Amino acid sequence: MMASSYSAKDEDGHITVSGPGGAALRNKKPENTAFKQQRLPAWQPILTAGTVLPAFFIIGLIFIPIGIGLYVTSNNIKEFEIDYTGDDVSSPCYNCAENFSWNSTKFCTCTIPFQLDQPYESNVFMYYGLSNFYQNHRRYVKSRDDSQLNGNMESLKYPSKECEPYAHSDNKPIAPCGAIANSMFNDTLELVYNDPNGTNVSISLVSTGIAWWTDKHVKFRNPGGSNANLSAVFQGTAKPVNWRRPVYELDADPENNGFINEDFIVWMRTAALPTFRKLYRIIQKKNNMAPTLPRGNYTLKVVYSILKATDLNSVIWMGKSAVSRIRFKFFQVR
Amino acid sequence: PCPANEVFIPPKFCDNRIVSSKYTVWNFLPKNLFEQFRRIANFYFLIIFLVQVIVDTPTSPVTSGLPLFFVITVTAIKQGYEDWLRHKADNEVNKYRVTVLEDGRRIRKESEKIKVGDVLEVEENETFPCDLILLQSSRDDGTCFVTTASLDGESNHKTHYTVPDTESDVESLNATIECEQPQPDLYKFVGRMHIYKNNEEPVLRSLGPENLLLKGATLKNTQRICGVAVYTGMETKMALNYQGKSQKRSVVEKSINAFLLVYLCILVSKALVCTTLKYVWQSKPGQDEPWYNEKTKKEKETNLYLNMFTDFLSFMVLFNFIIPVSMYVTVEMQKFLGSFFISWDKDFFDSEIKEGALVNTSDLNEELGQVEYVFTDKTGTLTQNNMEFIECCIDGHQYKYRDASSEVDGFCVTDGPVNRLQQKAGREREELFLRALCLCHTVQVKESTEQEVVPPPEEQRGFIASSPDEIALVKGAMRYGFTFLGLESKTMKLLNRNNDVEIYDLLHVLNFDPVRRRMSVIVRSKSGDTLLFCKGADSSIFPRVRQEEVERIRMHVERNAKEGYRTLCVAYKYLSEEEYVQVDSGLREARLALQDREQKLMAVYNQVETGMNLIGATAVEDRLQEEAAATMEALQGAGMKIWVLTGDKMETAKSTCYACRLFQRNTELLELTVRTLEFIGKRREDQLHDLLLEYHKKTNLSSLYCRSWSTQDYGFIVDGATLSMVLNSSSENNTNNYKNLFLQICQNCTTVLCCRMAPLQKAQIVKMVKNSKGSPITLSVGDGANDVSMILEAHVGIGIKGKEGRQAVRNSDYAIPKLKHLKKLLLAHGHLYYVRIAHLVQYFFYKNLCFILPQFLYQFFCGYSQQPLYDAAYLTMYNICFTSMPILAYSLLEQHISIEILLDNATLYREIGKNAMLRWGPFLYWTLLGVFHGLVFFFGVWFLFSNPALQDNGQVFGNWSYGTIVFTILVFTVTLKLALDTRHWTWINHFVIWGSLAFYVFFSFFWGGVIWPFMSQQRLYFVFANMLSSVSAWLVIIMLILLSLLPEILYVVLHKPRAPHARQSSTGGLQSPRSSARPLLMRTFSDESNTVI
Repeated sequence: MMASSYSAKDEDGHITVSGPGGAALRNKKPENTAFKQQRLPAWQPILTAGTVLPAFFIIGLIFIPIGIGLYVTSNNIKEFEIDYTGDDVSSPCYNCAENFSWNSTKFCTCTIPFQLDQPYESNVFMYYGLSNFYQNHRRYVKSRDDSQLNGNMESLKYPSKECEPYAHSDNKPIAPCGAIANSMFNDTLELVYNDPNGTNVSISLVSTGIAWWTDKHVKFRNPGGSNANLSAVFQGTAKPVNWRRPVYELDADPENNGFINEDFIVWMRTAALPTFRKLYRIIQKKNNMAPTLPRGNYTLKVVYSILKATDLNSVIWMGKSAVSRIRFKFFQVR
Repeated sequence: PCPANEVFIPPKFCDNRIVSSKYTVWNFLPKNLFEQFRRIANFYFLIIFLVQVIVDTPTSPVTSGLPLFFVITVTAIKQGYEDWLRHKADNEVNKYRVTVLEDGRRIRKESEKIKVGDVLEVEENETFPCDLILLQSSRDDGTCFVTTASLDGESNHKTHYTVPDTESDVESLNATIECEQPQPDLYKFVGRMHIYKNNEEPVLRSLGPENLLLKGATLKNTQRICGVAVYTGMETKMALNYQGKSQKRSVVEKSINAFLLVYLCILVSKALVCTTLKYVWQSKPGQDEPWYNEKTKKEKETNLYLNMFTDFLSFMVLFNFIIPVSMYVTVEMQKFLGSFFISWDKDFFDSEIKEGALVNTSDLNEELGQVEYVFTDKTGTLTQNNMEFIECCIDGHQYKYRDASSEVDGFCVTDGPVNRLQQKAGREREELFLRALCLCHTVQVKESTEQEVVPPPEEQRGFIASSPDEIALVKGAMRYGFTFLGLESKTMKLLNRNNDVEIYDLLHVLNFDPVRRRMSVIVRSKSGDTLLFCKGADSSIFPRVRQEEVERIRMHVERNAKEGYRTLCVAYKYLSEEEYVQVDSGLREARLALQDREQKLMAVYNQVETGMNLIGATAVEDRLQEEAAATMEALQGAGMKIWVLTGDKMETAKSTCYACRLFQRNTELLELTVRTLEFIGKRREDQLHDLLLEYHKKTNLSSLYCRSWSTQDYGFIVDGATLSMVLNSSSENNTNNYKNLFLQICQNCTTVLCCRMAPLQKAQIVKMVKNSKGSPITLSVGDGANDVSMILEAHVGIGIKGKEGRQAVRNSDYAIPKLKHLKKLLLAHGHLYYVRIAHLVQYFFYKNLCFILPQFLYQFFCGYSQQPLYDAAYLTMYNICFTSMPILAYSLLEQHISIEILLDNATLYREIGKNAMLRWGPFLYWTLLGVFHGLVFFFGVWFLFSNPALQDNGQVFGNWSYGTIVFTILVFTVTLKLALDTRHWTWINHFVIWGSLAFYVFFSFFWGGVIWPFMSQQRLYFVFANMLSSVSAWLVIIMLILLSLLPEILYVVLHKPRAPHARQSSTGGLQSPRSSARPLLMRTFSDESNTVI
């Protein structure tokens, strides 16, 4: 055949598709299939008030019990919030906050009394909250090495360059590296129940089960397996600059130490918004008879050690511009 | 063999290689890439990609690189494949073995090695490898037959002649050829051959198209020929004809570009806003670099302005998904795949010619739904071009053929308007008339092949001619007893009533041309008389015959024309010997001329064709195409204005228009023809001016009072001469003025009939309307070579696979077998394609707007740090995998109104007219919808995150959960929005819509279920699964999806269907019975759904 059986046209890379046809397809009766004739059996919904309104009703009916359930649940939710930032002179933590900014080496403890008007019946969740803390800043979010956190020995020694400038300290690799780990929240909160009979009962706070199961068991792994001697494994690495203790001394419990420390894991899940809360502890219901937190007076003890002051830190405190407001919050579901 | 040629070969002839391919193996990659990136969109994405590679940007280069790579690869593969096909075809042509005569020997050569001047031998059924001058034929009469089916589709055999004096001995021929520069016109060739014979004065022979054998044509009925190559390779007429067909672009594409511009502005302004805000925000101490989030040394050191610039680029990259790469791919795919439905449609299959519709371009599918003006040819398009001899008139007596058996000679007389009571014209005159019919034509008798033992019966004798009129006339003469037996070596044989064979020498054929509108032959009878027979249009014959004869015939001609018949007048003239000699020499001289040959010939023709005697006239019926009237009515009902452009005379065209119901009984006809201009006492120009003003006033008045044109229809009739007066009026400002008046009149008329148009004038008219105010979409339908210009000129060109060859089909965008298919092509296919692609485009912009808006909003909450809201995998896959298939399926399968209803209610077509779905109104609606959805997604989830305990166990979600929840809502909403718009749920739609959602869920589980070793961050690890374990997340997702879709649902439900349009047909107040009979439900559905989309 001749070179003329197709049209040689296309320009500037534009996809020009010459349709089917040409000599090859001639003399061929089109197939009478439903697809080719655009006659596929089709459902043709006609949305009119008559058809849609009943559907709306049914959906609405389904949602009524859900709504009732939600309403009841939300009524059972009790919240109690304490602000211990200490930027106010009347606040018990004012001194800590002040001292803290000037004197970086000492622990500072402040106690805040408060009263619960209603008993908390079931499990109580303790959250800490920060405001104006940009955990979702791009430079911050990417400043981590998931491979290192997954227990990779190579990454332990040579942290990813994403961690800069928190990758090395004194020529030693930082473990865990990165800005997120470096700025980990490490206030210690304790809760004491002031029994009317005069005794002070310390309430046990459970520190496990606060991180996602998959994070704790898969995503975060200590280097050298679960039975390794952590201090030996982390030999040759430096602790994050702001930390008081190295990562293998975060908790006495070997199942909650090192990279799989749940406080650490919770912190490492960067928050979506600059004002956020993170789960700190769970107060578990002991028996069915007594409420988890009975009505009465309590004291919150804060070891104000978070974010060991550095020069930079003090600048911020001085400037009083970007104050990280630290809140403490009870939260109870059901 | 041909030594003289060497003397004359200038060095610069190209070789005989045909190169239609664009690439070679080596330059394919660079050249193709270069061409692809010349496209603005591709270039833009390339820039984005490069920015991502160079600058530290929030998203990895993969997110934009992968889709771009995909697009580029697919396009490259497609173009590579097409080029491979071209290479294959080229090779087939170039490597074809041909026989070259060199030094008296036959040498087999590859076709590409032919040089100009080579003498080639071509056998029967072979195609000519280059343009040849015929030197020798194996036939005795020095002719050969060719078909040019592959060139112009005309399958009849054409006769070509050897150059005189050369046929005897090619071996000893010594000649040079002069010819014009290569030019693409297939039917024009001018050349000269000098033949040198041993020391004699060289003989000069003229060469015309009849001596030229075109590359691509096939030799038929001739054993072998010899010819000398004159044009080779890319200089052949075929190659010149296949270059550069202009590209048509559709309105939709223009809309897309406009929308793109808007989105580009949105993109840039978003990036600018974010960059500005970022630096405002950072100017407060501690914000830029808080104690917990220090910069690296390098970051600290970079220049502030450079930082600003990179930040701007980063934002651009972050938001660049708002301009979808995949839209182009999807649009192209939709067009390509969608066009298959046209060629697959069995309704377009014509059992007669065993062909269906042909799609030459898929770029214009949606344009079929936008047509405002239809320009149609009359002959062969509105009419069948199936000519039938109806009657004739000899010397004013009307002869009507009834039945061959009823009378002895099959010739009977009905009383004509000139009441001469059963009188017959003299037998002599009758026979002269019939002889004229038998001789004055260019018909060939189809030669029966040797295998056929029994010759075909007389009545079905096959005739081949370029014009069906001639066949009808020859067949008509045959019925009256004069049978044309054929033409052999310049003698014509015919069988007369007494079964005697009469032989005439054919001396000259004065070919038909549309300007002269007549043709003549000069023959010499056995008795030695030289006769000139001429037949042609009445207007061109009457001035050339004696007036008293005209009066007798004119009545018949006019009456026949009024009935819609095609009339021809037949005249003759005896040529005395001296006259003939003069004519003969004049013709020969003119034919030898190298320059202005056409004009010179024309002059001689005009000189000869004078002082003739009129014998009679013929009437040939050209029946209307099947359902021509219904089709035209439907198109008019669809709001299209129909213009009939024909070369025929006014009366015939008018009657066809009445027959097609283009003109109705109550249509007021406004005539602007030579006849109405001839007003006594006025100059033509003045009269034209007055008429134009008068008509303008008239039509304007009616259109002012009543915007729908149901009260009074106007039909407008113009003829070619007047039109050229309007267009080429003497003074400059008048032209514009006239043109405007003319256009305004036309726009207010339902039908415009332009008769006596030359092909170029047809294109002129189309161009004029195309460029008029509002630039309406035009469509041209035609079947013949004379329609090609208007088919190429109009936005959409439709070719009818008629009898006048295939040129129209080849140059058209779509070809259909019959006119009646136009209705379905426009009303059903066009409508659906337009709705589909318009929805596709709007939906694409919408879905990307509500995809990117949350990401933009997120910047306000993350310190303008370009933190992406979604994971890179989601960013990349959103347009490629999660949301692409449903819209593609929709845009291929949607029938928001079923095809039957579309066909029954032509008015539905008007609702999408003027690009209704891609105007700024609908665009604004979709954009606002996108903004609304984006706001709902982002702030809905933001509200959710103000509550810390999203999971029962008190655990918290991070930023990736936030993004994933937004993304989940997004994918579901966007897909369900499409589901809401889908009116036609085939299993494919179900599969694709639910399949995409299922795939999204599956992918998210899979992507989050594995620690990917190649990823530096495991951002999404179990994020999706954790999200699904939270009841609150579930609730929020469902609530937000419902909330987003609620306005849409409410709109659909509460929207009152518009009152059906009053006007159904142009027949005044009479409503089409069909519409009222339509079931109520169907009507509400169709009317409503039409407005919903």
